[in-house]
Amino acid sequence: MAERIPTIADDILLDVRGLKKYFPIHGGLLRKVIGNVKAVDDITLFVREGETLGLVGESGCGKTTASRAIIRLYDPTAGEIYFKTAKFSADGKPEVVNVLDLDKAQLKILRQEIAMIFQDPVNSLNPRMTVFDIISEPMVIHGKGKGAETEDVVVNLLERVGLRPEHMRRYPHEFSGGQRQRIGIARALSMNPRLILCDEPVSALDVSIQAQTLNLLQDLQKDFDLSYVFVAHDLSVVQHISDRVAVMYVGKIAEMVDSDTLYNNPLHPYTEALMSAIPKPDPLYKSERIVMQGDVADPSNPPSGCYFHPRCNYAKDICKEKEPEFRELKPGHFVSCHLAEELQLQGV
Amino acid sequence: MSEPLLEIKNLKVEFDVRDGIVHAVDGVTFTINRGETLGVIGESGCGKSITAKAVMRMVPKPGKIPEGEIVYHRRDKYNPDKDVELLNLTNMDPHGEEIRHIRGGEFAMIFQEPMSCLTPVYTAGVHIGEALDLHRLLPRKVGDRMAEVISGYRHVTKEEAREISIEMLHRVGLPKPEQRVDSYPHQLSGGQRQRVMIAIALSCHPAMLIADEPTTALDVSIEAQILDIMRDLQDTADMAIMFITHNLGVVAEMAKEIVVMYMGKQVEKASTVNIFYESKHPYTRALLESIPKVGKRSTERLASIEGMVPDPFNLPTGCVFHPRCPSYMAGKCDKITPKWQEVEKDHWVRCLLYEDV
Ligand SMILES: Nc1ncnc2c1ncn2[C@@H]1O[C@H](COP(=O)(O)OP(=O)(O)OP(=O)(O)O)[C@@H](O)[C@H]1O
Ligand SMILES: Nc1ncnc2c1ncn2[C@@H]1O[C@H](COP(=O)(O)OP(=O)(O)OP(=O)(O)O)[C@@H](O)[C@H]1O
Ligand code: SF4
Ligand SMILES: [Mg+2]
Ligand SMILES: [Mg+2]
Repeated sequence: MAERIPTIADDILLDVRGLKKYFPIHGGLLRKVIGNVKAVDDITLFVREGETLGLVGESGCGKTTASRAIIRLYDPTAGEIYFKTAKFSADGKPEVVNVLDLDKAQLKILRQEIAMIFQDPVNSLNPRMTVFDIISEPMVIHGKGKGAETEDVVVNLLERVGLRPEHMRRYPHEFSGGQRQRIGIARALSMNPRLILCDEPVSALDVSIQAQTLNLLQDLQKDFDLSYVFVAHDLSVVQHISDRVAVMYVGKIAEMVDSDTLYNNPLHPYTEALMSAIPKPDPLYKSERIVMQGDVADPSNPPSGCYFHPRCNYAKDICKEKEPEFRELKPGHFVSCHLAEELQLQGV
Repeated sequence: MSEPLLEIKNLKVEFDVRDGIVHAVDGVTFTINRGETLGVIGESGCGKSITAKAVMRMVPKPGKIPEGEIVYHRRDKYNPDKDVELLNLTNMDPHGEEIRHIRGGEFAMIFQEPMSCLTPVYTAGVHIGEALDLHRLLPRKVGDRMAEVISGYRHVTKEEAREISIEMLHRVGLPKPEQRVDSYPHQLSGGQRQRVMIAIALSCHPAMLIADEPTTALDVSIEAQILDIMRDLQDTADMAIMFITHNLGVVAEMAKEIVVMYMGKQVEKASTVNIFYESKHPYTRALLESIPKVGKRSTERLASIEGMVPDPFNLPTGCVFHPRCPSYMAGKCDKITPKWQEVEKDHWVRCLLYEDV
């Protein structure tokens, strides 16, 4: 596999190039494949060591699918996923691997380093396992869960996520939505991973426990040089935690840049529309939301040209005809919009 | 004129678990008026969902309602001249005919976790169709187009159910609804599942919508679109909403009045404006301070409430919030249990700072 590995910049931990994941649509009497849901359609992004990359976008735009493809819970349709790891070399030197080339045994090792917090706590926690079993399972799988030590680790993790040690013996259904979400977070932390793919990790938490959890994630990041991909819909949370943010629209990345620039000087009209719709915690505030025309795009039959053009208030003929390139317009500011140079967009 | 739809009086819900009894809801009292929105906010685990499920008489095992009343002021939407009927839901058999008739039709709930109410082997269309079949009646009309009168009501047909399902999925912003109507839950994204559930709940035009974190899995533009649909139905069908959420931006926009809960109890209740601008309870204030602000990214840590949620089997004496309270008064807060009292007109609070003790 070595010859296909390109050099990636020193400070980069994860480098995803041209990633695609299509789900076949079956139809007709013979259940033949009649099309594809292009859930992730050619995305390119990177995560630096010790950094948080926020991932936002319309519901159904492919955020979960992309995260699952990165740790190969889904097999990607195309693309390359480079990850820097020290687990495979004999001398413990970090080397770059293409996640797509790994076999089953190697994937198991990789998943000690990349953990995932799943979006739907009900679905992802086994109802027949106690909280103790759920949290210690990854350690057991990797041969690290032994006796009393494990219990200490679990108690410690529970406390860090704001749950009580005695919760250990209970089953998931005995918890509230937010409590279950924290069980998922404790589980992801149990293997001391280097990268955590967090899919809506705080959406079920009240703002105070959300603040505690975000503070915890930031502390862990500092202490262990952790990196996060942080998927969320709450844009104030995303801004707070992310160094950089990527905005997705129908399987593609519309824009990627550091958070302050994204929120204050967006270059993509979809980003602008998102920013305008953030609900403000102020009952006297009158929203000036940009209403997007038309229907949400269909990933099995996306529009021509720029996928966003039917809903974009600025679209010109070229937007209908030609797909915009995902390009680095200013240093570190990636965007895919034909008009990015000329538009003057509003931030928050 | 505000007319009550639902009155909850001193409601309690208990879970008898191995280590003792959890008082998940501990004496909650509030009224929801027809066509109005009541926001419910509070700590994760404080009993919001269980309160909602108690109203639907869907408290999970081993939960019990040992005390309290839930009074439903029922008006027959197909027979509006009939008098309003008062039903005490707490007296009903949770599996009986009566409550099943109310549930899903007159009262609908959007659950916090969509997968807990979607059946994996049924498509979106089957789910919505089932609700329609059970609860939605269409007018049966006689006469010609010039002088049409409603002579009664009939059930929807299969074809109509499919049409209405597609229309509902379209309204909640699912792409290609005529295809998506045949999708199974696992083929949908988190937010798409949530929207299927919203479509189920709204398809029968309920008088009371209980929305438990209805938009957490949605991006802000679709969220705004869903909130618009709810307000629309509120205007046209006089729907009342109990809106449970952690998103203080959303609740600010939707609710007329807000109840704040902590450890199974109400700690504050006031108009939305007063909660945001004149909050009185230290817990409410601390909650509002924990919101991250959009605009400039700060490197500062977020404010959060110190300490842990108390052990439910070993509740603090006096005010249950006292070990974490920034305004704690030694000798008072740890000894005296604060009362639920109206400190200003329509502004209720449970805190010793507002009592002469
Ligand atoms: N197993 C599957 N089979 C077919 N289509 C799928 C499958 N999983 C996801 N999809 C589709 O792929 C698209 C992307 O889904 P994904 O779950 O990645 O979205 P998301 O960005 O995480 O959305 P959300 O914010 O709502 O969670 C959606 O249109 C979804 O319906
Ligand atoms: N089946 C059950 N058995 C035992 N205890 C339960 C059960 N269901 C809920 N509880 C407990 O009841 C309390 C209230 O739960 P509820 O789901 O109402 O919280 P919530 O306010 O909705 O929280 P969240 O915001 O996290 O969803 C929690 O402390 C929970 O642990
Ligand atoms: S009663 Fe005392 S401890 Fe409780 S909220 Fe009020 S000031 Fe804080
Ligand atoms: Mg998702
Ligand atoms: Mg809940």
